[in-house]
Formats: sequence, structure tokens, C-alpha cells
Amino acid sequence: MELSGAQILVQSLIDEGVEYIFGYPGGAVLHLYDALFQQDEIKHILVRHEQGATHAADGYARATGKPGVVLVTSGPGATNAVTGIATAYMDSIPLVVISGQVSLPVIGSDAFQEVDMIGITRPCVKHNYLVKDVTKLAETIKKAFYVATTGRPGPVVVDIPKDITAPNIKVPYKYPKKVSIRSYNPVVTGHKGQIKKAVDLLLRAQKPIIYSGGGVILGEASKELTEFTHTLGYPITNTLMGLGGFPATDKQFIGMLGMHGTYEANMAMHESDVIIAIGARFDDRVTGKLDLFCPYAKIIHIDVDPASISKTVKVDIPIVGEVKPVLEQMLELIRENHKKPHKKALEPWWHQIEQWRAVNCLEYDRESRLIKPQYVIEQLYEVTKGDAYITSDVGQHQMWAAQYYHFDKPRRWINSGGLGTMGFGLPAAIGVKLAFPDADVACVTGEASVQMCIQELSTALQYKTPIKIINLNNRYMGMVRQWQEFSYESRYSHSYMDTIPEFVKLAEAYGHVGMRIDKPEEVRPALEEAFAMKDRTVFLDIITDQTENVYPMIEAGKGHHDMKLRVALGTSTDRELA
Amino acid sequence: MRHIISILMENESGALSRVAGLFSARGYNIESLTVAPTEDSSLSRMTLVTRGNEDIIEQITKQLNKLIDVVKLIDLVDSAHIERELMMVKIKTSEHMRDEIRSMAEIFRGKIIDVTPTTYIVEMTGPSEKLDAFIDAVDPDTIIEVVRSGPTGISRGEKGLYL
Repeated sequence: MELSGAQILVQSLIDEGVEYIFGYPGGAVLHLYDALFQQDEIKHILVRHEQGATHAADGYARATGKPGVVLVTSGPGATNAVTGIATAYMDSIPLVVISGQVSLPVIGSDAFQEVDMIGITRPCVKHNYLVKDVTKLAETIKKAFYVATTGRPGPVVVDIPKDITAPNIKVPYKYPKKVSIRSYNPVVTGHKGQIKKAVDLLLRAQKPIIYSGGGVILGEASKELTEFTHTLGYPITNTLMGLGGFPATDKQFIGMLGMHGTYEANMAMHESDVIIAIGARFDDRVTGKLDLFCPYAKIIHIDVDPASISKTVKVDIPIVGEVKPVLEQMLELIRENHKKPHKKALEPWWHQIEQWRAVNCLEYDRESRLIKPQYVIEQLYEVTKGDAYITSDVGQHQMWAAQYYHFDKPRRWINSGGLGTMGFGLPAAIGVKLAFPDADVACVTGEASVQMCIQELSTALQYKTPIKIINLNNRYMGMVRQWQEFSYESRYSHSYMDTIPEFVKLAEAYGHVGMRIDKPEEVRPALEEAFAMKDRTVFLDIITDQTENVYPMIEAGKGHHDMKLRVALGTSTDRELA
Repeated sequence: MRHIISILMENESGALSRVAGLFSARGYNIESLTVAPTEDSSLSRMTLVTRGNEDIIEQITKQLNKLIDVVKLIDLVDSAHIERELMMVKIKTSEHMRDEIRSMAEIFRGKIIDVTPTTYIVEMTGPSEKLDAFIDAVDPDTIIEVVRSGPTGISRGEKGLYL
């Protein structure tokens, strides 16, 4: 079969099993768009800004585990995609981003809409390719998917010059079933000796804790992690990226850890004698001040990426491998030896944890006459029966969603953890809804974040992706304001927007339903009404307490044991800030 | 501590910039870097001299290994190895200095590879310290220019960096 470059690209994507492409046309990709037009196997989702394309593809990938695919034109199309690529890179999300490029002969001449996409994206992709020969196109696409989805996943950019896709140059097409790359051989199973050492150490622990992260979600290892945790009977904490990897409603779950983690999770980390880190990377938002991090613990670390091991925190027993097979190996070893930790020996540790739990660090003022954002998330949890896909933007609302929506399943919590990209939530929700049209999908956001990619409301209408936008509107960039309150004597420098749109009208202008809620008693009925509208996107503009802060908080330079807790309930409530 | 990292990588355009970009993005320092294709035209060999404590060097080698274009690498300093650098020095030579420069070059096993009425070019190979020592021994006012390749190296014995 002889095909043009454009046809080869489209056929390769079909052969790869791609369902959706998120993109935006332009000069350098016109041949590709023409080839897309002439097929109906792949559905193209036309976004309103290329950043939206990458976030939507990213949301799709996080919810499904399949790679997200993006198609953008050269120059500004490519640079607009960069924020989304970096977002995916930081959270190890598999994306294949195809960018148009000016024709080969004019590359380097500052041609119209030319930008060095390979150079620009180099530090924020797992790998990138510039296709210089149409006969290598199919193989390059295969390699891109292979690299993006294996080992530690990540985004791969394929930059395709316009002349490579020209309709008049046809070459034989065959999509490779398999590729191998001699310089790329990700490790799958763990080293047996290391695993034995780890199990021995774990079973001897007096104050153990399991600390698991996004690797469990990416590695489809929730089932194994749950069995592992139940077998051992140890407490488990999740990172922001790891939520849902272990059921949050299970009694062994002691909450999220880190900067806004629970008191019990952070204290247990600090006091523990053995930590097993599973698919987590000791991010600075997790560790706090490194010198103070887990002073009494021996650390076991399972990670597919050797470079994540001992990067910031020196570990005692490193295990390189995919989380799922490694956990299987460990479980097998525990079963073979009929070894289990003594329940009795763990009692003092659990007793201690229960005492920390009793601090009830997530309690907030339930009597307030203003809407408390925490209350909204709790109601959202109840109305959706804890079974919705929740995307978020970045800031206070993100932390509240993480703290108060109890994720029992993996891939339900979709947020930009590593890069912290405002504007992520809305397009991501569209990607999720396309993947799971029958599921409830909500985007928890704030009035600042949501404006960064608000134009995608139009995309949501065109492709009939009825999502619910839970806009926690406090008129502030809440997290910035919180830091300014704590660290800059409440000098709220430019964290307040004097003007914000009337979101109800805005939602209506985009063809959706808008609702404004400003009383606590309206929250529940409004959520119920919104979720009952199965075929409409609903924008709930919820006016929340401006003074509310995210607690607990580990401030910069502090350790896990040194958390700022809500001093006394109600101290900051009902105070007008502006 | 000084480390010499030898890297076999795909001879692809952009491979060098991936390595250089990694060092600048992560704040590692590069003291010198040499690169050329090997006998297998699909592979390039790069020799990179860097400094850092053990933890930093461990991260450098892990991050380098993570680059898709990197096939294999070793830290030559981990075992017995030979290190060589090429240097050419252009020296101003007044009449009465010519003998002295010539004998100095001989002592350092250098060669004079270009002669004009007023200059010599001395070529020298050896470990970097030897080249440093030669420079130190020559009157700095007479040095017109110095060009050095940066060190490259190979491990001793059967051990080596190959596919």
C-alpha cells in the first residue's frame, strides 16, 4: 500500500488504536487535516486553544491509562502546547504530541510560523523526534507510542515538516507491530535479592508506614497495593498524585501526606521506623525540609525510574522495577514464608496513630453563614456517591478536593500535581468525559484558575461533553492569598481581581447552564440539580468564604512534625477581606 | 571529585544538545566535552569531564542513562584507565628563546609542528595535568594561543565501553 506522509500518519494512529485526537489546524498541518477529513475512524476534537488540546488529551490519558494524542500546527500552535506538555511530563502522563513544522528546506531560515519545537520541548518531554524522511514516519510514530507508554511514561513530541506530509509523495506503508530501541530497555521486575531484603526489613518494623504515589496509578497496581497493605496491616498514606491508589475509606488509610497532608499521615511519617515508598518520588511538597525528613526511618523505595531513587532522599533499599510486578513479587515472598507481621506488635503504633487521628485536623467551622469550600467538596462527594471523576485546577480548591473527596478508585482524581498548572481542570474534564460519557465528571476549580482555559467551554458544547464545573469563587487567588497572609503580613499583592466575569452569564453565552450559589443551604440542592442534568454542562459559581485557608500546612523550611493546624475553629471566619 | 564519563550514544542530530541541555537544566557543571563518531557510524562516543560529590555523580549518570539516545556509559574514574588530551600552543619565539622552547617541548614529549620566523606551534598529548604543567613552564607573555581538545579516555584491560 502506497500512502502519502499525511495518510501514513493518520493510518498509523488508526493502527495504534487511537480513538481521539485533540487538536487545532494551521498552515503546517493542512495536509494532515486533509487526510483526517477523509476518514472516520479517529474522532478529532477541535479545541479553542492548543493548551486546551494538551490538557484534554492528558485528562483522557489519566482517566483511561491510554496515551493521549495531540495535533498542533507549527510556531504558535506548538508553543501554546508546551505548558500542557510540561504538565504531562511532570506527572509522567503518556502523550504523543504531533506538531507541524515548516518544510525541511526552509527549516532554520526563520520562516513563517517556524519555531524550534525540538529545542523548546527538549527539557519537558521524555523524548522527541524530528521526522526528516517520510519512509521513517510510521516507525517513528510507533516508537513515539512505545516510549510514551512504557517504563516511566511521559510525553513524546513528533515534529513533522510540512513537505513530509505532501500528498504527491507516496511511499509504501507498513505499521510495525513492535519496535525495539537498543538504548531504551525499561526494567520491569525487581531484583530478587533487594526484594528479600525489603520484605525482611518490613516484617521487622515496629512503626511502619506505606507511602504510595502516582506510580501506583500509572502502573495499574491498585489491586496489588490494596492486597499488600491489607496483608501487612500497616498504615498507608498517599501522595497527591497517588490518591485513589488505595481506597480512601479503608480504615488503614491515614490520608494524604505532605504540605497539606493530614496530621496523622505526616506525624506517622516523622515517627516511623520503616517507610516503603511505592511509585512516589519524594517531591519537595511531600518531604518538607529534607534535613528533618523522617529522621528515624529506614527507607525502601520501589520505582520504575532509577533516577527517582536517592535523588533527594537517600534510600536504604532501592528496588528498580514496575510497581505491579514488584508488589506481586513481594506478596509472593510473604506468602511463601508464611510470614506476617504480628498484629499484637503493631498495636502500640496503631494506638499512637489513632491519637493523632483524634486531633481531627480537617475539621472546619460548620456553623458559618458563609459557604465553606470544604463543605462544598463534602457535598459533592455525597451527591456523586464518591464515584465521580474529579479534575481540578491548582490552588486551594485543589487541596480541598484532595482532602475532602475520598477517592476509593484509581484514575478518578485528575490534577496537575507536579507542574501545578492553572487552567488544567476544564479541558482535562472534557477529555475524561469523552472517555467515559456515562460517568459523572466534575471540575473543581476557582475563579482564577478557570479563566485560564475558559474558552474550552465552547469545545464542551460542540462535542456534547456535559461536565459540572464547581467554581469555588472567593475572588482571590486563594493559595497565593494564604501565603501572603502567613508569610507577608497579609500584604495581598495582586492576588485579588477587582473584576471577574459574571460566570452565570458567561456559561449561558457559551450555551451552558449557569448557577450562582451564595448560601450554604443552597449548595446541596444546587449540586443535585446540576448532576441531574445529565446532558448539560453546568457551571456552578459558588461564592465561598474569602478568608478560608487550607489546613494543616507545613510551611517552608519545616518538618513533618511541625504543622500549622487550624488554631481555633471560627477564628478567621466571616471576616471580609475586600 | 573529578569524574570522566564516557558515553556511547546514537549518532543522531540533537543528541549532543540533549546531553548539554540536561547539564544546564539540572545545574551540573561540565568541565569539558568531546564527541566524535566511532568505528560504528551509528554511534558517537562522548567524553565528559565533570565534578561533584558522589550523590551528584550518581544523579548525573542516572539522568544520562535516562536519555533515550544514550546507549551505554561508564565513569572511567571507577577503574584503571588512561586519559589523554591534545593541545596545540602557539608561542612567540624571539631568537634567543627558540632553543629553550625546543628543549622544553622535548622534555614534555611535545612536537613542534609549525615554524615561522617569529612563532612555534607545539603539539602535545597527555593527561591534562601534564599539559597544564607545560603551560606553567612557558613564559605566559610568549603564549599567543592555546587550543585543547578536552580529555578523552579509555579503560585499561578487557573491561570497556562497547555494545
